[in-house]
Amino acid sequence: MSSKATLQRRPLVAKILEGADDNLLVIAGLGSANWDITAAGDRPLNMPLWGAMGAPVSMGTGLALAQPTKRVLVITGDGDMLMSLGSLATVATQQPENLAIVVLDNEKFGETGNQATHTSPRNNGPTESGAGTDLSVIAKGCGIADSTTVRDQSEVAQLVKDLRTKKGPVFRLVKVMVEKLEFVMPPQDGAHLKDRFRQALLGRP
Amino acid sequence: MSDVNDWRDDIFAVLQDHDIKQVYHVPDAGHSRLIEACQKTNSIRTLALTTEEEGMALAAGAWLGGQRSVMLMQSSGVGNTINMMGLTKTLRFPFLTLITMRGEPGEFNSWQYPMGQGTPKVLEAMGVLVTSVDKAEDVKTTVDHAARSAFNGGQAVAVLLRQKLIGIKDFGKKMAR
Repeated sequence: MSSKATLQRRPLVAKILEGADDNLLVIAGLGSANWDITAAGDRPLNMPLWGAMGAPVSMGTGLALAQPTKRVLVITGDGDMLMSLGSLATVATQQPENLAIVVLDNEKFGETGNQATHTSPRNNGPTESGAGTDLSVIAKGCGIADSTTVRDQSEVAQLVKDLRTKKGPVFRLVKVMVEKLEFVMPPQDGAHLKDRFRQALLGRP
Repeated sequence: MSDVNDWRDDIFAVLQDHDIKQVYHVPDAGHSRLIEACQKTNSIRTLALTTEEEGMALAAGAWLGGQRSVMLMQSSGVGNTINMMGLTKTLRFPFLTLITMRGEPGEFNSWQYPMGQGTPKVLEAMGVLVTSVDKAEDVKTTVDHAARSAFNGGQAVAVLLRQKLIGIKDFGKKMAR
């Protein structure tokens, strides 16, 4: 049973991305995580996904291996993470030191109407029950040793530091509130997003 | 299997020629010799996947970071990739996959037929350029051309390594009659 979440995702993501420079490569999962990183400020080295649910961790892994001197940060939600649990085991086989993953867990499928995900508590009523799935334990069980859960504002400064600088792979599960927030949308065209990312990173599209 | 002039070694040479840096695979008998060659070289990073779906997103990430990749899978794995295969269209990034075929004439396992027979159609439906090879002497050229289409021409390309080329998996006389 989880205690009531108190952290708000937008200011949290803004804090995580504060002062992002050319060394920080960011991939965000579809839906809320996409809008969150865009609200913090759209930038070429953001790769916000509009689809491909389940892709962010793998995409971040391929990128982290290709760019070992850059910091790669994957930001996504519990629904997206649940769709690709195996990708955490693949991260563990590679142990990329420059990869950090943060899952913003509001225990809901936000884009489809806030239905309960498996991370919602069990026995939580006929429509709101999940399984109490703990993604941080799963990440650890997959072989990502540095995997913890963050629930409180007092832990945020350390969270940001870990995501930005700690030797990876780092996995952080952050319990966040269910909120109705404005959609802040980045460009949608995937080829454009890819080309501007590569241009900024490699100097060619 | 002969140790000289094996078509799997031809594929390995083509992958090196095209500067492939990441190779994704699930365990596969047809690709095993190639996978081992990739694992043994320092110039390629090999990643074992839990499902082929991961390989699509990995390939996109590698390309974002400036590296070329290839995915080795079996026809049964193609079905696991389909929504993610859409990334090749939305991002328009070069993608190369080499697919060992099952469920073609001679296949003993009925469970392999549905996805084996569906593989070319499903790939085409997702906008992937499909080419195939069934003779050992044609493997090198076919894979090389596919890699050119992918990395020079910016296409998503699949090479079907036909069951005729790989050989029919044979469980001998163990099957019930």
